[in-house]
Amino acid sequence: MIAVIDYKTGNLCSVENALGRLGGEYVVTGDAGVIRSASHVILPGVGEAGQAMASLRGSGLVDVILGLTQPVLGICIGMQLMCRGSEEGDTQCMGIFDADVVKMEPGQGLKVPHMGWDTIEKLDSPLFRDMEDGVYVYYVHSYAPQLSAHTVAVTDYGTLFSAALQRGNFFGTQFHPEKSGAVGEQILKNFLCK
Amino acid sequence: MLAKRIIPCLDIKDGTTVKGINFLGLRNVGDPVELGQKYAAEGADELVYLDISATNEGRKTFAELVTRIAEGIDIPFTVGGGISSVDDAGRLLLAGADKVTVNSAAVRRPELVDEIAGRYGSQFIVVAIDAKTIDGQWVVTTHGGKRLSERELFSWAKEAQERGAGEILFTSMDHDGTKSGYPCETYARLCDMLSIPVVASGGAGSVEDIAEVLTVGKADAALAASIFHYGEIPIPVLKRELDKKGINIRL
Repeated sequence: MIAVIDYKTGNLCSVENALGRLGGEYVVTGDAGVIRSASHVILPGVGEAGQAMASLRGSGLVDVILGLTQPVLGICIGMQLMCRGSEEGDTQCMGIFDADVVKMEPGQGLKVPHMGWDTIEKLDSPLFRDMEDGVYVYYVHSYAPQLSAHTVAVTDYGTLFSAALQRGNFFGTQFHPEKSGAVGEQILKNFLCK
Repeated sequence: MLAKRIIPCLDIKDGTTVKGINFLGLRNVGDPVELGQKYAAEGADELVYLDISATNEGRKTFAELVTRIAEGIDIPFTVGGGISSVDDAGRLLLAGADKVTVNSAAVRRPELVDEIAGRYGSQFIVVAIDAKTIDGQWVVTTHGGKRLSERELFSWAKEAQERGAGEILFTSMDHDGTKSGYPCETYARLCDMLSIPVVASGGAGSVEDIAEVLTVGKADAALAASIFHYGEIPIPVLKRELDKKGINIRL
């Protein structure tokens, strides 16, 4: 059973629908026991990092997440909360990944938010099994994690940022696999194979 | 590198897909979810579903349809048509829409843009602008081009951005449905002036038209309906041709 963590930050239906299309059995839950006993855990997230982190702390789930040993996938804000901290709302996050999330300032006339389909390169994680550098994934974000020792994919938008991070059983994507067509579906399948 | 987006637009009336030439003479072209899946599989980068139902019953059908679309489609999709309050937008978000477009209601009451952006974020709101030239001025129209407003295209687009719009979808009512190409100079001026993406809509008749609006017109995306619905330019053909012209496209 896959647990999608519900910490009251908003709408989780795109992640739910993607799992539904994959035929995976999942439960949307804020219950520590259910999360601990899940085969896989997904930490989604929408909105603003400061508020999202406050909700997560309020739900009492931070220590639960830090103690998980099964595969955990953070998506977008969910992944940012797994970093050290975010400039958005000057937020201290969980510190699973050794990376800081900063406001994107790509320059060169590039627009923020970074929105649309962009390529990921230097793929170096089981998440990207059977994939080649240069595949397109869907992004919508204004903040991004810098490069770090845990970077397992990069995207170049003015500067390089971490498109994906991994540390042991913890995975994170800045892009939205649940909205990234066939490529995104493969990434979710790869995660669920772990 | 960020790809230029190709976006099929599906007009929905009472739960089925339609497309009219210049908004007149509708002709049924299929089931909205199936058609969306077909486009997604062919390489569409996003989908737009516009509700053109005039009745309350039709609107209810559309909200139910959005839930089905969200379940069946694995790329982002935008919905619009008749959204006049932040609650209307919220219902569609909960049903699974990635973005909403507002048009006439925002011209009538621009605060709607602030309200939706404030509640759900800029990435969730697209301001659609229909405009036509009158004495050399781009005048914003409402109600599918039927009514003239007091507003002018460039100042309204700028105001919409300042109020929190995440994207501008601009349709020239002089070109829509004519397949004679886009007003590229106008698009380029709009794109230079704004810091948010601009989607070009209405007027595409050929691959060259779309290539031109994405290069000379500087648009971030091109939206079209009939050329896709009637199979005149299949999406894979379009994307390969654009790629050959050196335009950054997701293949």
